[in-house]
Amino acid sequence: MSTPDYRLSQLETLEAESVHVIREVAAELERPALLFSGGKDSIVMLELARKAFAPARIPFPVMHVDTGLNFPDVLEFRDKRVAELGVQLIVASVPDAMARGVVKEEPNGSRNRIQTPVLLDAVEEHGFTALFGGARRDEDKARAKERVFSFRDEFGQWDPKNQRPELWDLYNGRIHLGESIRVFPLSNWTELDIWQYILREQIAIPPLYLAQEREVVERQGMLYAVNEFIRPKDGEQPFRATVRYRTVGDANLTAAVRSEATTVEEVIAEIAVTRMTERGATRGDDKVSDAAMEDRKKEGYF
Amino acid sequence: MASNTDTTYPTVTDADEPVDVHSPVAEHAVELATARKDILRIATAGSVDDGKSTLIGRLLYDSKAIFEDQYEAVARASKGDHVDLALLTDGLRAEREQGITIDVAYRYFATPRRTFILADTPGHVQYTRNMVTGASTADLAIVLVDARKGMVEQSRRHAFLASLLRVPHLVVAVNKMDLVDWSEEVFEAIADEFSAFAAKLSVPDLTVVPISALHGDNVVTHSAKTPWYEGPTLLHHLEHVHVASDRNLTDARFPVQYVVRPQTEEHHDYRGYAGTVASGVFRTGDDVQVLPSGLTTTIAGIDGPRGPVDEAFPPMAVTLRLADDLDVSRGDLVCKPENAPTVTQDLDALVCWMAEEPLRPRQRIAVKHTTRTVRAVVKELAYRLDVNTLHRDREATELGLNDIGRVRLRVTQPLFVDDYTRNRATGRFILVDEATNATVGAGMLTPAG
Repeated sequence: MSTPDYRLSQLETLEAESVHVIREVAAELERPALLFSGGKDSIVMLELARKAFAPARIPFPVMHVDTGLNFPDVLEFRDKRVAELGVQLIVASVPDAMARGVVKEEPNGSRNRIQTPVLLDAVEEHGFTALFGGARRDEDKARAKERVFSFRDEFGQWDPKNQRPELWDLYNGRIHLGESIRVFPLSNWTELDIWQYILREQIAIPPLYLAQEREVVERQGMLYAVNEFIRPKDGEQPFRATVRYRTVGDANLTAAVRSEATTVEEVIAEIAVTRMTERGATRGDDKVSDAAMEDRKKEGYF
Repeated sequence: MASNTDTTYPTVTDADEPVDVHSPVAEHAVELATARKDILRIATAGSVDDGKSTLIGRLLYDSKAIFEDQYEAVARASKGDHVDLALLTDGLRAEREQGITIDVAYRYFATPRRTFILADTPGHVQYTRNMVTGASTADLAIVLVDARKGMVEQSRRHAFLASLLRVPHLVVAVNKMDLVDWSEEVFEAIADEFSAFAAKLSVPDLTVVPISALHGDNVVTHSAKTPWYEGPTLLHHLEHVHVASDRNLTDARFPVQYVVRPQTEEHHDYRGYAGTVASGVFRTGDDVQVLPSGLTTTIAGIDGPRGPVDEAFPPMAVTLRLADDLDVSRGDLVCKPENAPTVTQDLDALVCWMAEEPLRPRQRIAVKHTTRTVRAVVKELAYRLDVNTLHRDREATELGLNDIGRVRLRVTQPLFVDDYTRNRATGRFILVDEATNATVGAGMLTPAG
């Protein structure tokens, strides 16, 4: 590496900042876990965790809140990645919680909101004091105001008006019993940074992110690939289209977009010229209200 | 004059159609997006009335960091003739309902030359606390001034706090120039007054720009209405301001953050000290000293994110391997034997207090400095600083919320420190209340006396 001016690029700077945050948590908090869904942000976060402790193993488990509505490709990817890294995987299952009567299915079929109690139960069961999440501040107005170390009370709730000041790189991870910290090492990354990093580091991603011809139906102007969770309804005519996913959420609610991007380079090209936010474009569950994310976070959501 | 940014952006495409990823537009976009850039961290200060949110909205919109659906949502919500760009930055429900800004918000935008992380701090509520938080990591601070009002008490306070935090570059954006008929005299008077004030504050670099955030003049492109202004547009300045020499590359400081010991067959003997280079440059083969033990050894190797590297500099996060098997743990500091920081249990610092419950002498408190956390007792409050007049009140007996004062602390174990003016990384600390665990203060070390 030739850097006579001792400057890091933006990707190297973001990488260094994230590694610093991850190490700080491992050093200061007794029992952290990393939320890993198999989505691109959590994939990058897990890779940064690997780098933070290499050549040692990641010194904490990864956890997946499984809504039971995952794309099979993504679950397969999750299991493979976890096995490669030799880390422990903890699955907190929404269907199990539904079977136990802990949570109930919502009428619209979204399990986004009912993930929260399942997550909080798992945190309590395993005694986790810190959870790493892959959220970025450029995703949402509420996230733009959240700290890197986000203090949560014993109910996992975020109090936006009472956040700890966060100065320099001096993070405060001190908590009382029952409280926890949500940690967002990717806070300062943008969507484009994530993709550029995936390209630069040659990080494997689930095939859903790349364009392929898939059988789709159109609903309310959005394209949904036909799968075990999306069946054509009466009057819907499935057709073949070349599409990819910009975010990977629940398979029954995440729409695909028409795309020609079959490689990571082409995805970057597409994003660079696209002027729609990923959530606005493809996630039905965030359209509910302008303050949807803020409300969910106050309930203990990421 | 032609636009003086290097920025040209592809236009919006129809969202229903797939993007042609091989078009010249796409190739150009990729080129812009993937160019090697650095990051400039910016803190903005000013109240809603100064047009700060409008300015930020303008920067985001004109640099195409705003997406179409966000813009449309804002356009729908706007009252009056203009699209209210300020609505882009008000994040929380309470803020939109009450028309206020509660907390520091972070914004991201990029041009082909740089990416920008902007800490947007509110001007009124908990002002000092938020501004100090936002400015703590900033390379550059933008202070907004309303051209009709000129420099007011709040502008002085903003500039003072930026200088207190040693933000190396200060920009004064004289906004609402359209409301003073683009008067050169008005602008020059404000610029002169500010320069005189900044000279007292040891602000190393001051730039004053006449703008209209609402109409976009001199924000991204030069305005035809200010032919008398020959300086850069705001964005041009942000893209070109020279920050490479702002860092301390002289004093090698490496606080040990985490000890890496794989204890596997393959890496049986590996023992590395992970951390972020605070300042200076470390090279393989360098003689180094470890504090507090004072023992010396050499660097056997440096492992970076992509394997071994020859040298490490701030803010690289690396793992140092040392030639000798020393007892090194988190909170220790690696430096050079001929250039060690001060090892001390007495801290003299300017403290910004951030809690309702005041700071008083004899109080006990936790100090987090680099990777070391120690307990402390407040020995003395030398004075409280009036951030508007810079008057030192030596009779003060406590520091209240948002007060700044000079404090002496005695800590239970030695810390390895430098003056904040010389080294932002080893001259800073936070104060934590041991009962509530809240972060209650920020400190900047100053020479004793």
